[in-house]
Amino acid sequence: MTFRYFPHTADDIREMLAAVGVDAIDDLFADIPPECRRDRPLELPGPLDEWELTRRLEEMAAAAGGDWRVFVGGGSQPHRIPALVPALAGRSEFLTAYTPYQPEISQGTLQAIFEFQTLVARLTGLAAANASLYDGATALAEAALMAIRIRSRRQIAVSGLVHPHWREVLDAYLRPLEGTRIVTLPPGADGRTNLSPLGELPEPAVLILQSPNFLGFFEDLRTAGEAIHAAGGLLAAGFSEPFALGLAKNPGELGADLAFGEGQSLGIPQSFGGPGLGLLAARAEFLRQLPGRLVGETIDNRGRRGFVLTLAAREQHIRRARAVSNICSNAGHAALTAAVFMAACGGSGFRKIAQANLDLAEYFKAGLLRIGFEKISGLPTFNEFALRAPAWFPARHAALRKRRVLAGLSLAEYYPEYPGAWLFGVGETRDGADIDRLLEELKP
Amino acid sequence: MSENQRAAGIGASGLVLEEPLLWERGRPGRSGMSPPRPGVPAAALPPELAGSGPDWPDLSEPEVVRHYTRLSSWNFGVDTGLYPLGSCTMKYNPKINEKLAALPGFAGAHPLLPEEAVQGALRLIYELEGFLAEIAGLSAASLQPAAGAHGELCGMLMFSAWHRRRGGGRDKILIPDTAHGTNPASAAMCGFREVKLPLGPDGILEAGPVAELMDGQTAGIMVTNPNTLGLFESNLPAISRLVHERGGLVYADGANLNAIMGRVDLGKMGVDAAHFNLHKSMSTPHGGGGPGAGPVAVGKELAPFLPGPRVALRDGRYVWNRDPPLSIGRLHSFHGQFAVCLRAYAYILSLGPEIRTASGLAVLNANYVREKLRTAFDLPFGRRSLHECVFTDARQKKHGVTTLDLAKRLIDLGYHPPTIYFPLAVSGAMMIEPTETESREDLDAFVAAMLRMADEAEREPEVLHRAPIRSLAGRLDETAAARRPRLTGDMGVGHA
Repeated sequence: MTFRYFPHTADDIREMLAAVGVDAIDDLFADIPPECRRDRPLELPGPLDEWELTRRLEEMAAAAGGDWRVFVGGGSQPHRIPALVPALAGRSEFLTAYTPYQPEISQGTLQAIFEFQTLVARLTGLAAANASLYDGATALAEAALMAIRIRSRRQIAVSGLVHPHWREVLDAYLRPLEGTRIVTLPPGADGRTNLSPLGELPEPAVLILQSPNFLGFFEDLRTAGEAIHAAGGLLAAGFSEPFALGLAKNPGELGADLAFGEGQSLGIPQSFGGPGLGLLAARAEFLRQLPGRLVGETIDNRGRRGFVLTLAAREQHIRRARAVSNICSNAGHAALTAAVFMAACGGSGFRKIAQANLDLAEYFKAGLLRIGFEKISGLPTFNEFALRAPAWFPARHAALRKRRVLAGLSLAEYYPEYPGAWLFGVGETRDGADIDRLLEELKP
Repeated sequence: MSENQRAAGIGASGLVLEEPLLWERGRPGRSGMSPPRPGVPAAALPPELAGSGPDWPDLSEPEVVRHYTRLSSWNFGVDTGLYPLGSCTMKYNPKINEKLAALPGFAGAHPLLPEEAVQGALRLIYELEGFLAEIAGLSAASLQPAAGAHGELCGMLMFSAWHRRRGGGRDKILIPDTAHGTNPASAAMCGFREVKLPLGPDGILEAGPVAELMDGQTAGIMVTNPNTLGLFESNLPAISRLVHERGGLVYADGANLNAIMGRVDLGKMGVDAAHFNLHKSMSTPHGGGGPGAGPVAVGKELAPFLPGPRVALRDGRYVWNRDPPLSIGRLHSFHGQFAVCLRAYAYILSLGPEIRTASGLAVLNANYVREKLRTAFDLPFGRRSLHECVFTDARQKKHGVTTLDLAKRLIDLGYHPPTIYFPLAVSGAMMIEPTETESREDLDAFVAAMLRMADEAEREPEVLHRAPIRSLAGRLDETAAARRPRLTGDMGVGHA
């Protein structure tokens, strides 16, 4: 048997077995009792060589949807990725390393993640960010658990306009924890969260909002923060589109104690929704309650600046059952990729891209309104927006699907309280001409 | 091995470059990307919403490239050299899998596209779930969990839901001393209290203590097999029978699956749920801390409880089964770590049933290293190990040399250190897992480096105390880092 990933020749195997003192590889498994052994061969396809494998995967990729023209975000946003991002992040010194347990030979990862934490803290306007979580949904769930720990309270108020999938994840995380209760604040007629039920909630640990929310509308974070702070809870402000923070006030400025979000827009391919990049940041006083890895600055024994994983006393490998979270592997390489992307944009470039997203979305929205769509609300939006569709639209939408165009996402399944509502999104991967073309294709 | 390497007795040597922090480079107004040209009128947010945007530094494209290229040179990856980090299975990460994951059809796929658009992606999910169930010897799998610990959480959520359906009232879980810290932490997130299970004298679990501790308030047991000492838990079938008889469930942590692929049958051993670390056994790159993937395979009892939605095959088409009635619900924003799963799918197809050989050679490599090092280092357990071997610093300690010193000296000799001080049950542990993708020559060179250190410990221990001296950074002050945590840098005036 020779296979390109295995260096062993028949002679190697024979000599190594002799050194170990057994006759055959199977003898090395002698400690495994027969009742544990597999009694039939593995039924798997393959082995395929590199070229057979490529052909099979190319065929599957051709039917995986990457060539569709998509005018929807919904928590996964197409953005341009400069060539330098995958070229640098893909360097195998970064890609093929483990979690940096040995800092002396992991300074590349460690400095890059320290820089990532800094860039995320500046993006969110909060003092500290962790080294990443899995995705936006798990970042939300961890923010909720963090607030429960900080406030020693078990009531969670979450806006019904937070991404529906993210709320499902929160629900799955909290279901087995006795005494915790999730109260969902209903969507208001204006497309923003109705905060009035908050007053009836005894001892809330946290109010969780997303802004822009799933319908694309900016929430009034400042008012929400004042309300939850008056009730003794924290404000956790989320986002599924970090580019919104290129133009809008950030969560820290608006009074948030915690910020969570999905960072996929920052140079990470959509890849059918994973891996994403969970972002989590907090005010300085809550730093020791942050879950997951944290990189901190220190010095080495020669007095040089260097970086290490720090505050490990919070973590599972030290505290076991009393850890702040079970997180071990996070989304480290996605975080590094995002850092390269943020470095390539710079503050100035990020703002320009954000501006282009707003411009294109407003142009798209105006075009849809011209052909018969109606506003749900006059509130401002960023690069996604929900509109009420005219009666003819679903048939046109279906027809365009046959031409590999996804012209919006029906909200009927998620928000029956907004009948006929559809979600649209557009970003800098399109231009005005693309939108004109779509509007032409959409006309009844 | 080159003559120079042989003469120096080392695996690597190199140029060490200086590089400042990102914001110590650059100048406002530079740009590392082409600005967009939307070709539409400008719009604006209302003034009460408008902010100034993040004050990140502005760098040109060459500055960004040089920054990260230099940082990368301070890192050690499995492409750089032998990375025997025990329990982490740092095997070679095939290049073809990276290329396939980047195919635009996959990389550009929006997760909310309709079923007709994404048949290729759904097929991949469906087939990979089948491959993983087959490798485990279990009946179904879900790709939703995003990492090993997330798989454990998924398992514990299923245990909790299964018990709730049968009346609940079980709030304890048995976890052996040798478990990863993630096991008790994952169980605690589901409200389970950890009950520690002692090891037998051979380093493996015995049925006796389980019989004593497994009561009507205990939800089940979490085991890692082979365990973190690299030993096969041969009493697991008897333990599982006991746990099942008393109304509990059995979870197997798959961190060490690389030892046993195609050789054992978790179903026969009584396992109800197990996770895979695709970034370990299935060769996907660990990326310096993820993203990994932690799919969970289950037996018939727990299959209805898997996270949803699930992909089903109906009349030759792949469809979403959105609301399985007993499902614990959703654990990921979308469908799991799709691009990671894709690499694992490619790896499994590359090997096919020969994946069994990967385990065979991994165990051969570990036993070869164990045999070559046992004369110089203390082996706490005499039983043959599987894919990894655990030594201690008991002999070197007599000369004032600890496991930490050995690990740091190994860096100077051109290797990534093994996992150290784990498992906690072994004092001064060094857990070595070479994996199957290391050649005999590379193992011999690693063994030579280890033996040289054993010799240095006796004759010139100060060399070990001083190490590392060849890396960019010397030993770092972790105490100072934790005492006054500094998690973000000061970007200074230039970028305010």
